[in-house]
Amino acid sequence: MNKKEKKLLKRILIAGFVFLLALPLHYREAAFNVLGWELFQSPVLDYIEFPTFLISYIIIGWDIIKKSLQNIKNGQVFDENFLMTVATVGAFFLGEYAEGVAVMLFYQVGELFQSYAVSRSRSSIAELMDIRPDYANVKRDGNLVQVDPEEVSVGDIIVVKPGERVPLDGMVIDGHSALDTSALTGESVPRDVFMGENVISGCINQTGILTVEVSKQFGQSTVAKILELVENASDKKSKSENFITRFARYYTPFVVYAALALAIIPPLVTGQPFMTWIYRALTFLVISCPCALVISIPLSFFGGIGGASKSGVLVKGSNYLEMLSNTEIVVFDKTGTLTKGNFVVSEVSAQNMTKEELIEVAAYAEDYSSHPIATSIKNSYGKNIDASRIADIEEIAGHGVKVMIDGKEVLAGNAKLMKLKEIKYNDTTPVGTVVYVAIGGKYAGYIQIADEIKDDSPQAILDLKTVGIKQTVMLTGDTDVVGKKVAAQLKLDKVFTELLPADKVEKFEELMAQKSKKGTIAFVGDGINDAPVLARADIGIAMGGLGSDAAIEAADVVIMTDEPSKIATAIKISKKTLRIVRQNIVFALLVKGVVLVLGALGYANMWGAVFADVGVSVIAILNSIRSLNVKKFNKPVARFFP
Amino acid sequence: MKKIIKLENLDCANCAYKIENAIAKLDGVTEVKVNFMGQKMILEAPDDRFDTVLTEAKKTAKKIERDLQFLIKI
Repeated sequence: MNKKEKKLLKRILIAGFVFLLALPLHYREAAFNVLGWELFQSPVLDYIEFPTFLISYIIIGWDIIKKSLQNIKNGQVFDENFLMTVATVGAFFLGEYAEGVAVMLFYQVGELFQSYAVSRSRSSIAELMDIRPDYANVKRDGNLVQVDPEEVSVGDIIVVKPGERVPLDGMVIDGHSALDTSALTGESVPRDVFMGENVISGCINQTGILTVEVSKQFGQSTVAKILELVENASDKKSKSENFITRFARYYTPFVVYAALALAIIPPLVTGQPFMTWIYRALTFLVISCPCALVISIPLSFFGGIGGASKSGVLVKGSNYLEMLSNTEIVVFDKTGTLTKGNFVVSEVSAQNMTKEELIEVAAYAEDYSSHPIATSIKNSYGKNIDASRIADIEEIAGHGVKVMIDGKEVLAGNAKLMKLKEIKYNDTTPVGTVVYVAIGGKYAGYIQIADEIKDDSPQAILDLKTVGIKQTVMLTGDTDVVGKKVAAQLKLDKVFTELLPADKVEKFEELMAQKSKKGTIAFVGDGINDAPVLARADIGIAMGGLGSDAAIEAADVVIMTDEPSKIATAIKISKKTLRIVRQNIVFALLVKGVVLVLGALGYANMWGAVFADVGVSVIAILNSIRSLNVKKFNKPVARFFP
Repeated sequence: MKKIIKLENLDCANCAYKIENAIAKLDGVTEVKVNFMGQKMILEAPDDRFDTVLTEAKKTAKKIERDLQFLIKI
């Protein structure tokens, strides 16, 4: 609690204590009957009762009265302070001292709680986002100096010891270690880093000492960007927040005028005493503040965004969080998004020899080349290549290679090579990049290289369907056979292949027309070459935010890792947040509405009104804080990082 | 010119919205956003009038929440 809050707490306790003293004075008849003390029959008490309540009232209410007078001077009449003042002073005038003080007391308790809950939420998020490094160890003139990370320049050499937080983005020039990226990505499995690799600010260095050459200034570093993003996310208001703001603007005047009407009209019409109806009108005034909604909605979104970032998903605005919860269609880019974007041997078909023998021959033939295809074959072979077995390497541009292995002529290349050398090869091979092999003029088989599907892609699509996504679609520029194969493996609903970049936008717009009015459509890409479609989508999601500035800039939602499964996590978090928001809205409006009606009819007194105001606020705020809790969405999974 | 102004002691969410609405009505304000949870305000006004608009905005805000303190960020 801060100073202001502590002072208020003190006043509440003191005023509350005095109030408790005054209560038996108020109910002294009953007290006498119960306790039998002569004291309660003393006539002096008649004179003490009012002042005691008054003292309690002043202790707890003086600043509210003062604020209401000041605000009226400034032209602001109908604010909470004024309404509370009128209600409680009115209660005093009607002789209901206890109720007047109680209302003010509970009101202040509610204010204190609101203030406390909001500050706690803010510091919770701050803790969550405590990825800010406090210092950097820079090499200056041969010494290691501890400085503020902002004082380090690009090209400086810093040292990160075990247990320290990496202060800046850079490249490892000495040492190797494991990094804890959980604060940024939500992953519990550490990442290994070696010499020559990049490190990201904000991660915690675990095992070894790392010497790093700084590549970006602090202001441009990943840490700074993430912090700024999360801080600014609440700037973009969701539709729910806008609704509540507009509602609040009309609600307060409406209740006040209704109170006025209630105080004046019924007594005039029915001839009943004014006092009865004025009392009822006062209860209206107590409920006239929409505070419960107005605080709890932004708080819920704030918690949701914080919870998402804890899970490694950066949502750039409350509006995007809201849209995520209404997602109906998710459209994916293929390469780099659902697949790894690398090449691996995916199929081997050998004639008159074993697959291993074919791979061996192909690996030897491709030994000279550093092309990704050659690399993937050599990786698949896995063993060392004895260069003495290779001779007479002849590269045929655009076709492949001819080489002598163990004295035999080996051809390795594409279909054009086979046609050129008039080798009858198996032409029914479909998908992807294929390397045909011929030994001694005879067809030996083929090796197919394909882009690997990410380990979590199948689960990602499954999760999306579980979460209620109506259509999962993939757009790719790749061949029809490859595209359809991937789509079948992942059980996607639709796939569109062989698309040029302009076609992708067109197809995307066709899909957009298929969503319902309230639904949204999301596009998932790697941010770099998907800019036009990302811009068209309601929600643009980029993956691989860790280390990619382009991804962070381009998208509305950034997934810090490369995992498509995080999309479903983000959607689950957003749905939970929106559920909480809806619960609060319904609860607050319902209770207030009921108490208003009961109050008008005379069935609710000020105590009920106070609950409808303060109690509802407290409950709504407590409910909002739940949005921060995302533990069940982040089950720890052991993953291997190459 | 667009500036971010930290609002200290912004404790009442209702006040945050009232402040945003009131400042939006001020002459010269092209854009204003008040972020209650983040305790900050984004204010945009023409370069040559920015300082006057800012002073007006601060006055307006203080009428609604007296204890507000302003801290102008870059």
